[in-house]
Amino acid sequence: MEYIQLIVRSIFIDNLALSFFLGMCTFLAVSKRVSTAIGLGIAVIVVQTITLPVNNLILNHVLKENALFDGVSLTFLTLISFIGVIAAMVQILEMTLDRYFPPLYNALGIFLPLITVNCAILGGSLFMEQRDYNFLQSVCYGFGSGTGWALAIVLLAAVRERCKYSNVPAGLRGLGITFITVGLIAMAFMIFSGI
Amino acid sequence: MSEYKEILTKPIFRNNPIALQVLGICSALAVTTKLETALTMALAVTIVTACSSTVISCIRNFIPDSIRMIVQMVVIASFVIVTDQVLKAYAFGISRQLSVFVGLIITNCILMGRAEAFAMKNPPLPSFLDGIGNGLGYSVVLVVLASIRELFGSGKLLGITILKTVNDGGWYQPMGIMLLAPSAFFLIGFFIWILRTFDPKQIED
Repeated sequence: MEYIQLIVRSIFIDNLALSFFLGMCTFLAVSKRVSTAIGLGIAVIVVQTITLPVNNLILNHVLKENALFDGVSLTFLTLISFIGVIAAMVQILEMTLDRYFPPLYNALGIFLPLITVNCAILGGSLFMEQRDYNFLQSVCYGFGSGTGWALAIVLLAAVRERCKYSNVPAGLRGLGITFITVGLIAMAFMIFSGI
Repeated sequence: MSEYKEILTKPIFRNNPIALQVLGICSALAVTTKLETALTMALAVTIVTACSSTVISCIRNFIPDSIRMIVQMVVIASFVIVTDQVLKAYAFGISRQLSVFVGLIITNCILMGRAEAFAMKNPPLPSFLDGIGNGLGYSVVLVVLASIRELFGSGKLLGITILKTVNDGGWYQPMGIMLLAPSAFFLIGFFIWILRTFDPKQIED
């Protein structure tokens, strides 16, 4: 029950994109079409679900105080080891997909490297560290937060596709109106905070 | 000399990293509910950008092309870790409020963008100035957003009461939405609108 609650919470209430503003660069750049948004969304879910538990294991068994050697705390290395793990996992995932699931690799191809520098992934790991999740919780949180991000980008892409046909004031065209759209979506998501 | 001034001032308004290049938006929105946190974040990003650009520019002739991303990442990450530790040691309260966003400077696209686009091709001094300039461009947007959000959201600036709120027996009814996530998106949308009205060259089709 606690785990289901965590998943629902991370999808709707603590949405990484809409309430913590994470992964905004890719969020705005790759949301012009629904099909590409779905591709990127799936890639984020997969990477997030894999990297969070791995980072959790590394944090608890290598970096924490007294984990590796007695009396030694390596927590100052958290940032650099998380980013290393993310880069390595993305690389491994890319090679595995290329070898065993070529159609999926072709669909996700260009998005995988982009994910390494997506702050939603690193942000998820840092939240996991801050909130002291255990292994199972980190699996749930990884899946939930990835799904939340994917949901948000697909929604935004759908709205933007419709926006193409509307008459927007010159200065707002493109980036400006996108920000206001995201603001409205974020406002709609605030309704969920009662759950 | 004027060339250096150009490098320093161009990113502040005409080529602003947030409004025009859409880089580093994530943290810009998240830390702006209070002016204090925004100023700290702006300072941290400016210092890290300037230092990492200088270092990357110094070693640019020794970095093999195939692993340049990793080298840049390591340089940036080291400076971010130093900043994070300094903040934790001397400003623990603010570091608590900034929570994960100090660590997220690593994935702030402004840093990678400047390292890749400028520092890899230019000598250390211009790279340093470019780093400072882009940091200041980022700071301008952050400070403007944070001032608006804190002033109208809670009637204060840097914790000092400017508009006395109804709850404290004053006249000002605070706008709660200013402290919530959506207002940040709206404000940055309007900010871009204003910038582009004054500089029509930036308008997209």
